[in-house]
Amino acid sequence: MRICIVGCGAVGSLFAANLAQLDDIEVWAYDASREHVDAINADGLRLSGAGEVLGRLRATTDAGELPACDFGIVATKAMHTGAAIEATAHAFAGGCVATVQNGLGNEEALAAHVERVIRGTTFPAGKIVGPGHVQWDVKGDTTLGPYGDTPFEEVERLARACTRAGMPTDAVRDARGPQWRKVIFNASTNPIGALTGLTHGRVCERPDLRELVSGLVDEGKAVAAAQGIVLDADPEALIDHAAKPEVAYNHKASMLQDVEARRTTEVDFLNGGIVRFGREHGVPTPLNEAIWALVKGVEDSWQ
Amino acid sequence: MAASLSRICVAGAGTIGSLLAAHLATVADVSVLTRREEHARALNDEGIRVSGRADFTGRVTASADPGELDAGLVILACKGSDLDALARRLAGHFAGATVMTVQNGLGAEEVVGAQGAWPLLSAVTFMSGTRHSDTHVEYILDTETWIGPYRDTTPADAHAVADLIASSGLKAEAFNDLRPAQWSKLIFNATVNAVAALTGLPHDPHFAEGQLGALVHALVDEGKATASAAGVELWEDPWEMNVLATKRGHAHRPSMLEDVTAHRPTEIELITGALVREAEKHGVPVPLHTALYRLVKAKEASYS
Repeated sequence: MRICIVGCGAVGSLFAANLAQLDDIEVWAYDASREHVDAINADGLRLSGAGEVLGRLRATTDAGELPACDFGIVATKAMHTGAAIEATAHAFAGGCVATVQNGLGNEEALAAHVERVIRGTTFPAGKIVGPGHVQWDVKGDTTLGPYGDTPFEEVERLARACTRAGMPTDAVRDARGPQWRKVIFNASTNPIGALTGLTHGRVCERPDLRELVSGLVDEGKAVAAAQGIVLDADPEALIDHAAKPEVAYNHKASMLQDVEARRTTEVDFLNGGIVRFGREHGVPTPLNEAIWALVKGVEDSWQ
Repeated sequence: MAASLSRICVAGAGTIGSLLAAHLATVADVSVLTRREEHARALNDEGIRVSGRADFTGRVTASADPGELDAGLVILACKGSDLDALARRLAGHFAGATVMTVQNGLGAEEVVGAQGAWPLLSAVTFMSGTRHSDTHVEYILDTETWIGPYRDTTPADAHAVADLIASSGLKAEAFNDLRPAQWSKLIFNATVNAVAALTGLPHDPHFAEGQLGALVHALVDEGKATASAAGVELWEDPWEMNVLATKRGHAHRPSMLEDVTAHRPTEIELITGALVREAEKHGVPVPLHTALYRLVKAKEASYS
């Protein structure tokens, strides 16, 4: 089996290095960073932290070098999905492409270029510490499910491979529940951190701000319900769990980190996604719309 | 208001206070109440230099001790977040004087009225400038100051003060009832200042178009619904005020944006906080202003 990781940042590297441990799987990585790619080809891809792993794989910045693959796992930031799949689609003409990205709309962006798409949500997290080296912060589960007409057996094949590699993955018929739970969690907390500068725990300990978070959660739940999506767990429980001192009280949401570094955020695919699906299904989402506009305003202020 | 307008005390010498004091010094005896003694000394030595739209130096008497100053009209020109402390310093002084507030938002008159029985005038100002030093202020936007009666004062009193300010070279207009104008500005400030503070954007065309324009419009609509429920007929449409202001060609940085940039307390309580409390009182839902209020309060909390 040949698998190509598209976007070998922190999350992509967790999949790439772990999958490379399996003898029956040939792993490729496509990434825009020349330094990272050169380091992986020279010394392998190293994970440290929650697991110590050294993966031997082929990495490239040139999509033309990619051979035909059975599976793609797309792990870019959501705003780069279109460009990444446009460049690599030829390698997946006979295969399936799974997204393990944040946000809504990635499946649609992939389906514009490849025939068989797998919807996915993943919870493991890490950060790049240097070229070819990723800090594995949190272990966690991944859920995969078919998008459109993708055969379920293919979803199961990829899930089994990931699980064998040490990335526990479930194949389910409808993966929208976990996806929407994570999207609602991120859309209701990340931009609040980004707009106020507060860590997750400090957002949650201000009762009036926590109420605003719940207002955003309620809109997301209503949009999910209007599509017949059953959330696999309550995002509120995830939010309160993360606020505990021993979990993620001091965590700066990735969107806050993006804003501090003046990088484009994923807000279009979080709050923007909830607003778009809300409009399609006639569900009003005024708070998500307001938060979306404010974060876009923050991005515009850097021009 | 029996008191004479020949002697005026400006309390608080920030941008607005400095502009008022320097201009009024050309037509009346003006004293300035400062917080810091060295500021008073500098003003006594150098006066207040105005640059920008005007170019002159106004001569004033200054002190950090309200007991040393006397006036027929006291203008409280500090920021809303400093108003309560300043009003407490005035308690027991300036007997017989009329006191005029020029803070943004709503409720400044009550804060001051609680500290003394002075007759009160309300005012709001749209002029703006930049304070370059203790004794130098640049006059940037030559927009109006609006004045109306509030407690134990009459429209004629408001007119007399507006005429005096206008004769000093600033723009002023008197109203028989300031509330329609005050609420127009309240809704404008609650919307524009909070959005600027949260996004980092100066008041530029983003506020009048596209996604952010739609949010600004929705915020103005919540404000209008609140005004209507409070029985206030607005003097100007805050949305049109917003659109017009973004077309001036000079993107103004609202004071609340300057405050959060410098990690200072903002005027959110007197502005958006006041609007949200009025809405609650009249049973009008204002979810967007409530969200902005909470976000700006949280941003203030993030300083520490």
